[in-house]
Amino acid sequence: MTAPIIHMENIKKHYGNVIALNGVTFDVMPGECHCLLGDNGAGKSTFIKTMSGVHKPNEGSITFEGRPMSFETPRDAMEAGIATVFQDLAMIPLMSVTRNFFMGREPTTGKGIFKRFDIDRANEITVQEMRKMGINLRGPDQAVGTLSGGERQTVAIARAVYFGAKVLILDEPTSALGVRQTSNVLATIMKVRAQGVGVVFISHNVRHAMAVGDRFTVLNRGQTLGTAKKGEITAPELQDLMAGGQQLAELEGSLGGTI
Amino acid sequence: MSTETLAMVDERIKAESFVTRLMKRPELGAIGGVVLVTIFFLITADSTMFTLSGIMNFMTPAAQLGILGIAAAMLMIGGEFDLSIGSMVAFAGMLFGAFTVNIGLPLIVAIPLTMGLAGALGIANGLIVLRTKLPSFIVTLAGLFILRGASLVGLKIVTGGSTQLRGVREAVGGDFIAPIFSGDAFGWFFQWMADKGLIDTLRTGAPKVPGVPVEILWFIGFAIIATYVLLRTPFGNWIFATGGDSVAAQNSGVPVRRVKLSLFMLTAMAAALVAIITVIDAGSTDARRGFMKEFEAIITAVIGGCLLTGGYGSAVGAFFGAIIFGMVTIGLTYTKFDQDWFQIFLGAMLLLAVIFNNAIRKRVTGER
Repeated sequence: MTAPIIHMENIKKHYGNVIALNGVTFDVMPGECHCLLGDNGAGKSTFIKTMSGVHKPNEGSITFEGRPMSFETPRDAMEAGIATVFQDLAMIPLMSVTRNFFMGREPTTGKGIFKRFDIDRANEITVQEMRKMGINLRGPDQAVGTLSGGERQTVAIARAVYFGAKVLILDEPTSALGVRQTSNVLATIMKVRAQGVGVVFISHNVRHAMAVGDRFTVLNRGQTLGTAKKGEITAPELQDLMAGGQQLAELEGSLGGTI
Repeated sequence: MSTETLAMVDERIKAESFVTRLMKRPELGAIGGVVLVTIFFLITADSTMFTLSGIMNFMTPAAQLGILGIAAAMLMIGGEFDLSIGSMVAFAGMLFGAFTVNIGLPLIVAIPLTMGLAGALGIANGLIVLRTKLPSFIVTLAGLFILRGASLVGLKIVTGGSTQLRGVREAVGGDFIAPIFSGDAFGWFFQWMADKGLIDTLRTGAPKVPGVPVEILWFIGFAIIATYVLLRTPFGNWIFATGGDSVAAQNSGVPVRRVKLSLFMLTAMAAALVAIITVIDAGSTDARRGFMKEFEAIITAVIGGCLLTGGYGSAVGAFFGAIIFGMVTIGLTYTKFDQDWFQIFLGAMLLLAVIFNNAIRKRVTGER
């Protein structure tokens, strides 16, 4: 097995006297999809914010491509190759797909005062990258607002991958999507994985995680309850772990096994 | 990639007609407006309105307003307002008058100095907006009063008690860069056309229209550059992104602060340019200069397709918006209508434009 791209060892994070993360160990291999599961308040967002450089851990170490690493700002993490697609996607509905795709990183052509946004090349790349992800745009000048939620998610993912992400953190990418759109996003994740990018898939939906995940780590009350490989664990077991085991078992009786 | 995938077409997407594509341009409303207003005046106005001199007559005020309107449009696309530009015209006019008349500076010094000070005030507006995170609407509303008051007080100081400063023409007459900011351009061409009998002449043989007023050239040039910047430069993309969603833009690495400050500086400098041109033209400046121009500039931008919420609009639209404005202001004098219909007309145009823009936005974003 190859070395992990990023390895986070025994990460602890407190906010005053509130312990958000209490010793979390997590790593991502190139080309794998590692699912981080947990209920609301389990510490998922704190953990990904630590990974993407927004927070600094109080304790623990981060190793990136074999070297110890300390990210001061999200920018550092981004430059190292850790891209995070947050739920709000950082997309502007009124702007075209191309303009969103290259927002802040526009390719240019020409020199001096004639240096200009190379819109033809940008359009070409956008159409191409989106096609790789299985989306045929009506045109690169199509406004992002006209895309469905799943397609927007795919634009955000394609953008991160195009700009050299080695680790792609997806924060609840399927939580607001319909069935069809969810499967599109999951298919996109498979394509990204195939390019050798390590994907961190954050979700509280076990079925979505099982569909694409290679490994599963469950967070509960700021701690990891262990990591399991695909095939070693079943969906109900994951579900139980997320909910902290027994409470759910009690609930399940009254709900008739519908969760 | 195989040719098969390249030819893939989504069967759910209807081919868009040329008209549909056109419908999505932000400047469509303004161009449609120009057509309608032209038809209206072709029917109602005296035929002299659309002669060469008639056109220059309405293009001159259109140009003066348009320079402000295009700058206001760019700022609105960037998500901010500047209500102080009208007062800035008066204030910059006062500064320019004082520099040329009282201090006797040559234009080559006075113009950059006026522009620079105006630009600095624009940046100050921007810094206050960014620092306090208050809406620019309210911050620049304060600027509207402060600058208007400062123009009054300042004029009284430099003139010794009057709110009008005269003698600018005498002070700058003959200055070698004056032709860039005043008078008419292409005089030789118009003389040539007059000689050939292509255009109307006076009894002396001089052309009835001596040339193109320079502000019209500034107006056209500014519209072209603004359009180029908006559509074909990274900075233009940053303006749209900043206005569309400044948080998303910031997270994607767009220097949002720098964009906003530049735009505030631009509007203030556009106001200074209009001040310089009109003050040299009139030969004097007074505290009422630029009165209400901030609202007219914003109306121009809105008629030109800018959304009040930012992130959408066009400089070409503002260009045509300003022409509509000029045509209506001047055009009514060519008709039998009472000129005071002007404001009613304007208000109605604004209302129509806002309703129209809202519908356009829904089309673009596919909102239902």
